[in-house]
Amino acid sequence: MDVMALTFLALLLPFLGALAAPGLTRMLGHNAAWLLALFPAAIFLHFTGFSAEISSGDIVTGGYQWVPSLDVRFSWLIDGLSLTFALLISGIGTLVVLYAGGYLKGHPDQGRFLAFLMLFMGAMLGLVVSDSFLMLFVYWELTSITSFLLIGFDHTRQAARRAALQALVVTGGGGLFLLAGLLLIWGITGVSQFSELSAFAAQIKSNPLYLAALLLVLGGALTKSAQFPFHMWLPNAMEAPTPVSAYLHSATMVKAGVYLLMRLNPTLGGTPEWQTLLPLFGGATLIIGALLAVRQTDLKMMLAYTTMSSLGLLVLLTGFGSPHALEAAVLYLVAHALFKGALFMVAGIIDHEAGTRDIRKLGGLRRAMPITFAAALIAALSMAGLPPFFGFLAKEEIYYAVGRFDGWSIAFATIAIIGNALMFAVAFAVAFKPFLGPVVKTPKSAHEGPALLWIGPSVLALKGLAIAVLAGLTHQLISTPMASAIAGEMRRVDIALVPHLGVPLALSALTVALGVLAYRFLDRLRDLIAGILADIGWGPDRGFDQAMRGLIGFSHGLTRRLQTGRLDTYMTVTFVAVAVVLLATPLWFGELPRPPVFPNDVPWHELAIMGIAVIGLITVVLAKDRLTAIVSLGIQGFAVAVIFLLYGAPDLAFTQFMVETLVVVILALVMTRLRLSPSDRRPFRQTLPDAAIALVCGLGLCLLLMAVTQAPFDTTLSDFFNLHSKVIAHGANVVNVIIVDFRGTDTLGEIAVVMIAALAILSLVRLRAGSLVRMADNDPDVDPDAAQDVREAGR
Amino acid sequence: MLMFSIFVLLRGHNEPGGGFIGGLIAVAALAIHGITNGVETVRRAIVFHPLAIAGAGLLLSTVAGLISIVLRVPFMTGIWVEPSILGEPVPLSSVMLFDIGVYLVVVGALTGVVLALEERGED
Amino acid sequence: MEPIFAILVGIFFAVAVYLLLSKYIIRVLLGVAILGNAVNLVIFASGRILRDVPPVIGAGLDISTVQTANPLPQALILTAIVISFSFFSFLLVLSWRAYRVLETDNTDEMRVAEPDGEAPPPLRY
Repeated sequence: MDVMALTFLALLLPFLGALAAPGLTRMLGHNAAWLLALFPAAIFLHFTGFSAEISSGDIVTGGYQWVPSLDVRFSWLIDGLSLTFALLISGIGTLVVLYAGGYLKGHPDQGRFLAFLMLFMGAMLGLVVSDSFLMLFVYWELTSITSFLLIGFDHTRQAARRAALQALVVTGGGGLFLLAGLLLIWGITGVSQFSELSAFAAQIKSNPLYLAALLLVLGGALTKSAQFPFHMWLPNAMEAPTPVSAYLHSATMVKAGVYLLMRLNPTLGGTPEWQTLLPLFGGATLIIGALLAVRQTDLKMMLAYTTMSSLGLLVLLTGFGSPHALEAAVLYLVAHALFKGALFMVAGIIDHEAGTRDIRKLGGLRRAMPITFAAALIAALSMAGLPPFFGFLAKEEIYYAVGRFDGWSIAFATIAIIGNALMFAVAFAVAFKPFLGPVVKTPKSAHEGPALLWIGPSVLALKGLAIAVLAGLTHQLISTPMASAIAGEMRRVDIALVPHLGVPLALSALTVALGVLAYRFLDRLRDLIAGILADIGWGPDRGFDQAMRGLIGFSHGLTRRLQTGRLDTYMTVTFVAVAVVLLATPLWFGELPRPPVFPNDVPWHELAIMGIAVIGLITVVLAKDRLTAIVSLGIQGFAVAVIFLLYGAPDLAFTQFMVETLVVVILALVMTRLRLSPSDRRPFRQTLPDAAIALVCGLGLCLLLMAVTQAPFDTTLSDFFNLHSKVIAHGANVVNVIIVDFRGTDTLGEIAVVMIAALAILSLVRLRAGSLVRMADNDPDVDPDAAQDVREAGR
Repeated sequence: MLMFSIFVLLRGHNEPGGGFIGGLIAVAALAIHGITNGVETVRRAIVFHPLAIAGAGLLLSTVAGLISIVLRVPFMTGIWVEPSILGEPVPLSSVMLFDIGVYLVVVGALTGVVLALEERGED
Repeated sequence: MEPIFAILVGIFFAVAVYLLLSKYIIRVLLGVAILGNAVNLVIFASGRILRDVPPVIGAGLDISTVQTANPLPQALILTAIVISFSFFSFLLVLSWRAYRVLETDNTDEMRVAEPDGEAPPPLRY
């Protein structure tokens, strides 16, 4: 197979894995994870194969036609940016699948969980390699949906359901903004592929719709990447099992927004709007996330808020626009995926083995869980930004980017330092507090988890160390191509582990000092922030509830207005619309009929029969009692039958006679036995508009029919039937031949309808409504509400 | 009147008439019979449950359409045979079979409805 | 001939609409029955009216020699009559059943499914 087919297969592979997961889990139990991990591992290997090509500066594209008529292709674009993401997704994915195997061991729905996880992996992988806009959008929403399924995995708890819905509403809604933004860009440039977009950068930026497109795209990216004020879904998503938090909510999905911004940086970036909006949102998210993280005592929640804050940092860097900012974003993104994934897994292990995640109830686990402790320590050092870990490289590069002496940079450097210092404190709180100090009694007696659990965090943590030590190779394979892809031009990343004196190092030292300070006074800081938050008393999370309540109230009110539950209202609206259509359209297009020419030689008996029909109709309307109305109905029906007979349709006439007979018989049978309201009591103020609507409708149809009959008549079909009825179908009665032969299939459907109607009628007639009918019969004054109560009680 | 309805059905191909009309005539006949002599008499007279008749009719029509499949021509193509009965050629066709099906459906379904309503009206 | 038909159809349609706008189910039913006739007449008239020769090919001929009425609308109407009769019977029985259960023939009072003044559903996840 060629590379293109293989890549397509690689993109398909997670979905195949999702199909296989439930079955495998049923057969092998939690050990199925070993097999399932082969899927992402294979993908990882496949994408590694591109790295030589990519690092030499090439771009790999490929794909197939999807909807050729709309110029939509299923096509992918593999450059430094998407390759790094693909490697992270498949690499961490492998470890997370293993971890999930251990974490949910013995859970009855483990197969389902693994299937969802693989589905998400496929969606995320597709997202980052998508070249066409629509493919990106489809995958984007698919990640929202799979994330919904994963967060709501524990669907018996209300909190999980709420968190899942919230995530779906926020990220899925953001996806719609993104779609609008992408369509706008498509409209401006006429291309729907990212790979062709950069040539149009100047055209987009000078377009008056640029700001609209930017805001729409940001609407998608900022919600997905949990930027303030759309961040609330991310901490709530911690309701999901820990493998999900480690995978979706730290390493991959939340980075989709950042990915999108990076992808569009060459096209949309570099403008004042871009360089104002992104740092503002990012900076706010960074600082708020870090403060909220300090306030938490739950390990996962602390990590969730630091994730939010890291995402803020990434957005800030992407939009900052100074030299080194994009390089810093690249390094920090990779470092963050590694250490945060590891730390989440560690938190999960502690929860799994010790039975609690509350940092105040944990301590002294280092002897019981040495491997976990080691992994946590390494990851935390990387997160804190200490050498010789990858986080340090990232931090150095960040301070290169923001450490400049103008007002704008100083403001953001301050924010970055405070944020990083707080994250430093949280990192150590997560990695040290549970392990050091005196042994605290935990709900479960803690011991080291099985290999399935600790493999993941250990590998990730060690990788954070390894790629830092081998920084040269890392830069060559990962950082440089990715930074170049984001910048849209060649960028060389060459920061090394050996620190050199200068502003960045001084800022680093300042961060560490502040961080140590914050760690020492963590408890006091926590109380302080909790107090402030209590004083504010309102947050986007509560705002979400209010918004949902408002939505329900609004839709309820709207439904009540539009669907009053009154048949005559619906009818009135319908027929007013009919009248408008019948009269307004011919007026608008000037297609009213010519003044009709009435024939002079109409025989008197024909006029008489029509007159009888009209008299019948009028009597039906004016009838004071039911029987008169029914008989008059019969009169007009028979008159119609005679009309058919007079104008060459004996078959119709017979049928009409029979049907009218039956109608009258049935109506008389049923209706005379009911105590119905004797006549049509309409108040005058209702009669008048009703009559007006009716007359306008009648006039409209009359004019329409005149116009139709004045048009030249196409007799092709009728001639065909006349010519062939006898010759092919051996029937002289053309009408009957049409029914049973030429249009036989139609007739078959019609008799089936008759049959179904009969079945429905019989069941309605035979229905013994049981208690309901008897109760209602006994009490003639039963009101509708009571009737409903009766019905519910009867169930 | 029933005889007349069948006559109408069969002559339908060449003169005014046919399955729908024939069926409706039969229904009207049965309905009036039901009003005058009681529903039970009618039920006994037609032997089968009305819906069973309708179902048989629907089946017959479908089969009439499907015959053509055996002969590898499109669904609903009319097939004609002219066997000699007592030396007299009698044209028979799948189309006629179809029309009989229509007749049975109309008779069965509508008779069922009318009879049910008449019964219900009595209590 | 057609203009006369058009006026007739207009009257049929107006009466049907007027009845359909009633609150009382039996009037609505009568309206449905008349509406069926109105529509059938529309189809009939739009196939042009060619006087009294039925579309039957004379004995011994393969193709009709005289001009007959247009057979196509007739075939359509024939099935339409039967279908609308089934439909009408169904509506009739439905309203009869509704009357038996709800003790009213006024559609405004049939509010079991949508009671007046219903509170909005509570916020639940």
